Amino acid sequence: MTTDVDLTTAVSQQFPSALPRASLDCPAFNSSAAEVAAVLKYLRDAQGFDFLTDLTAIDWTAEKSPRFTVIWHLYSSEQHRYVRVAADCTSATEPVMPSVTGLWAGADWHERECYDMFGIIFTGHPDLRRILMWDGYPYFPLRKEFPLAGLPAALPDAEISAETGAGVIAAPMAGGPFVATPGQPMSAAEPRAKDEAWNEHSEKTV
Amino acid sequence: MVTANSELTYNSKIEGDIIVTRADAAINWVRTNSMWPMPMGLACCAIELMASAASRFDIARFGAEVMRFSPRQADCMIVAGTVTYKMAPVVRRIYDQMAAPKWVIAMGACASSGGMYRSYATLQGVDRIVPVDVYVSGCPPRPEALLDALMKLQAKVKREPAASQLLHP
Repeated sequence: MTTDVDLTTAVSQQFPSALPRASLDCPAFNSSAAEVAAVLKYLRDAQGFDFLTDLTAIDWTAEKSPRFTVIWHLYSSEQHRYVRVAADCTSATEPVMPSVTGLWAGADWHERECYDMFGIIFTGHPDLRRILMWDGYPYFPLRKEFPLAGLPAALPDAEISAETGAGVIAAPMAGGPFVATPGQPMSAAEPRAKDEAWNEHSEKTV
Repeated sequence: MVTANSELTYNSKIEGDIIVTRADAAINWVRTNSMWPMPMGLACCAIELMASAASRFDIARFGAEVMRFSPRQADCMIVAGTVTYKMAPVVRRIYDQMAAPKWVIAMGACASSGGMYRSYATLQGVDRIVPVDVYVSGCPPRPEALLDALMKLQAKVKREPAASQLLHP
């Protein structure tokens, strides 16, 4: 069984441009969009990482360059350990990354979700459609500039939309977002408290 | 329990084989006591809906135990759970497929108002796409709350001008 140090040396010997990435748990590597498919194939075939546990992306906000980073988490069912691989998309406006559906069939839906939420195009994907939002939805909801409440859009079904007059609206946040604030007493931290001008800790003013 | 219908009294000693009543009362009595639900179970509220149908709470006591998975055979759509925008047109289409007269119960916070899902993906209240008769609070509501909603809906149905609606739709 190879240790984490062995894996780091082996990968850096095989791919000199794949540098170790800061990590608090499993070994991790930074790769590039051009090389990452080869790194992942090497990890699967030569190092025994036979299972793709997760595939996701990071949006570092529109000001940063590179803007998008795609993350792969691999697991070895023989060695019982994980490895993380990251690669930046070169373009911020049309982020592109090679698909790994040829290496792990399970990457199919992960990449569709990643495309749905971040708008990253996975080249070579057999069926790159939205998976959570509907076809024709105009936004990528997990991009940083997209508000949690959403933006106005058309319903998936134009016929129903015409009959009901309903559409996608920006959700009324009602003092939200609906998350508790840490470091406060529960009565002030819980979402309901943010919606009220007063509670037992602050007097009603109006 | 469903309150006794004072308009449908029958004393065989006085009336023999003849019952006199108003058409509204007779029609509403029929509709009230066998209201077949269309279980639009979309999230955790559907678990409470199932509990309402099971032996402990037993929605059969109110004549609404026949859950129909075909909208053609259902009278009352119980929207139990979070309605996403992707699902919303489907809910409306199923509602359209139900035969009139039909009613809608919005069960729980999500169906009533979007609940805690103030987000881009969630319909902010099912009343934006279908007319709702009864809203049930709770996240999720207990089965008693759903039974209460059913009783409220039955009370509402009993007040409807059923005969004139049938004659002049």
